[in-house]
Amino acid sequence: MSAEQEGIGARIESLFGGNDFLMVVAAMAFIYACFLAVTIAIGLNTVGTVNTLRNVTFFVAAYAMLVLALNLHWGYTGLFNIGVAGFMAVGVYTMGILTAPPGGTPPGLGLPLWVGIIGGMLGAAIVGGIAALPALRLEADYLAIVTVAFSEIIRLAVNSNTLQEFTILGTTLGTGGGRGISYPRPSEPIRAVFYQDPSSPASATTPLGESIFTFFEGFGITSSVVVDSVYTVAIILVALLFYWLLTRIGNSPFGRVLKAIREDELVASSLGKDTRLFKIKAFMVGCALMGLGGILWLGASGFVNPLSFRPNITFYIFIALIIGGAGSNTGAVLGGAVFSALLFLLPQLINQNAGQFIERGVTPDTIVGALAPIASADLLPLVAYAVENMASLRFVVVGLLLIYLMQNRPEGLLGHRSEVASAVDLSERTSRPADARPATDGGETDE
Amino acid sequence: MGVSDTYTRGREMVVERPMAVVVGAVGVLVLLDLARQLATGSMAVSRLLTLLTDGIVVGLAVGLAGIGLSMTYSILNFANFGHGDYVTSGAFTGWAVAYIVAGIGTVSFGDLVLIEANNIGLNISQSPVAVLLGLVAAGVGTIALSLVLDRVVYRPMRDSDGISLLIASIGVALALRYLIAFVWKTGTKGVTASPAKIDLAGVTFTSHELTLVFGSAGLMLGVHLLLQRTKLGKAMRAMADNKSLARVTGIPTERVIRMTWIIGGGLTGIAGYLLVLERGTMSFSFGWVLLLLIFAAVILGGIGSIYGAMAGGLIIGVVDAMSIIWLPSGLTRAAAFLILIVVLLIKPEGLFGGVKTA
Repeated sequence: MSAEQEGIGARIESLFGGNDFLMVVAAMAFIYACFLAVTIAIGLNTVGTVNTLRNVTFFVAAYAMLVLALNLHWGYTGLFNIGVAGFMAVGVYTMGILTAPPGGTPPGLGLPLWVGIIGGMLGAAIVGGIAALPALRLEADYLAIVTVAFSEIIRLAVNSNTLQEFTILGTTLGTGGGRGISYPRPSEPIRAVFYQDPSSPASATTPLGESIFTFFEGFGITSSVVVDSVYTVAIILVALLFYWLLTRIGNSPFGRVLKAIREDELVASSLGKDTRLFKIKAFMVGCALMGLGGILWLGASGFVNPLSFRPNITFYIFIALIIGGAGSNTGAVLGGAVFSALLFLLPQLINQNAGQFIERGVTPDTIVGALAPIASADLLPLVAYAVENMASLRFVVVGLLLIYLMQNRPEGLLGHRSEVASAVDLSERTSRPADARPATDGGETDE
Repeated sequence: MGVSDTYTRGREMVVERPMAVVVGAVGVLVLLDLARQLATGSMAVSRLLTLLTDGIVVGLAVGLAGIGLSMTYSILNFANFGHGDYVTSGAFTGWAVAYIVAGIGTVSFGDLVLIEANNIGLNISQSPVAVLLGLVAAGVGTIALSLVLDRVVYRPMRDSDGISLLIASIGVALALRYLIAFVWKTGTKGVTASPAKIDLAGVTFTSHELTLVFGSAGLMLGVHLLLQRTKLGKAMRAMADNKSLARVTGIPTERVIRMTWIIGGGLTGIAGYLLVLERGTMSFSFGWVLLLLIFAAVILGGIGSIYGAMAGGLIIGVVDAMSIIWLPSGLTRAAAFLILIVVLLIKPEGLFGGVKTA
């Protein structure tokens, strides 16, 4: 690594005095500024702007949850799990089957919401435990292929018409196949504050809900935006909980063994640690959190179908972790924010409002139509075509960014932060030369 | 070699055996059931033959694409997640050229390049020259792409570990796939016209299926001869076995790597082109969807083994096609992935494991 690259990490660190909270706040402020600039350029009204910012916040929090969970696998333990979508699907579908009303299509068990959420996490943990069994015997890249295959099997299973409805012990259940499954929304406890019947959208409001709605309607903000915003705040709280929990795990004796496994499994097992058991436990905990993340994010609307769990979503979460820096929880949050807001949603917003930026008539239908005018030095059609097809172009950018990161900065934005493994900070007393610092990057450069 | 070593090995065998026994039992049951279904007439022999040939046709293309993946896995030491998008790139390049050759002068050049001219509808018996030139272009185009990507992406990372390269290849996959989507859009394209039907020994083939079968088999034979009869083949086998040793003994490793991309890339592009010839449609992500199947084939055969990739492709293709006898149509692909996981658990080195690149 060159001195200049070392400088980027150090500069980010010194800018905020190593304060993680400030760093995330600054990143979010930057993200909001970008989105505000675009909403102003588009000419969105207050409601549109509030809704856009709420949507961004929701995505950032959702990504933060899942990237944090993946960080436990890849960042801490060095388990290369690229089947995140599958474990999310197990969580959401278990929850759906447990809580869907018995009379619905497909019918469910009609259990209370909290049973569904806990059940979803347990289901994801159990399936994670089964998927982890190969992890005990295989090298990292084999595990990657096993998990991605596992995730595809799960997606194909919930997509299958055969499991659309089935009967066990006289009870008919189902996944709904390609049509998807409906169940009570995970936001019901929040809706209960506003509505007398939280499950019905047309229900009468509670007195508290009534007053809150009237207050915000004064600003032109509709009741649905208010409810969604409160749910978004709840997701942020859960994401903070994830952060707290995973930082605790990382600093606990358990987490230190995980890091030891990541650095050198042979050494860890030589010290008498049953590394296989540690790996399985870490995998199950991470999968349970992925299940919860899936429920709160992809299952938030009270309806889900297999389309939400294509392998792409796994790779987006993975890329967010790489951008942030594997092994760092703050990096995971930052990476999730940068990827979901700036690389995913912002281009989408520009794409959806392409007409606001460039006149419709100019935009060519095909790349050939866009390239042809270049001969006469007319670049506008190409720019218009690029804006119109931003949805595709953003992933080209993400791909190139990933290649750049792996070549020049494999530790991501915040990787290579020194982790204090001892209970007492010993860093002051070391007389080691600066370049002989211990590897904290997951042993990336080790052969 | 000590007592404890023998003891561990013995214990491992005990742990492993039950699974192997279970898998073997399931296999025997499936075959017995197949025999029963044939005997009772609940399944006609002709249907079995049709499923089998369908599986072999697809399996040959998967195996052909798998050769490149297997070679890069063993010689460059990483799982190339961009491989599926090399398949797509080959198909799009090849078919664009085939369209240009077939339709030049009648349809605007832009529509031909974008494979948009619906009235062209290529067919091997009507325009064999266009299809053949497209095949060559698919190979050459993918070779060029592989070499450029190796120069820009992988060569600066030659000393990185497999996981870093794997992640970089995910970046390559994303960039390639969406660049194709940027140029050719995301819709599914109907590419070929319906081919002629040919009756062979009671089973009906299309002329496109036969082209795929003979094309793939011929190219596989070529790879076999190359590996066994030429100095390059020997060098590749040596490098797959032990890179440092190969370098010490004077093998020009960079040149071998370049040849790996040339052979692997060319075969991959042609495999994509032939697959589209057989199925008639393509979209920007069809190679990506195929990638897991190719991985399954390569791992099943044993990573690094060319013959393993060929055999693995055939097995995966046949399993994918024949599992419809027992499984509902949505789950046949899951059966192929399940085989992948089971093989990794029971015999991680694959069927042809231990033999590297030969």
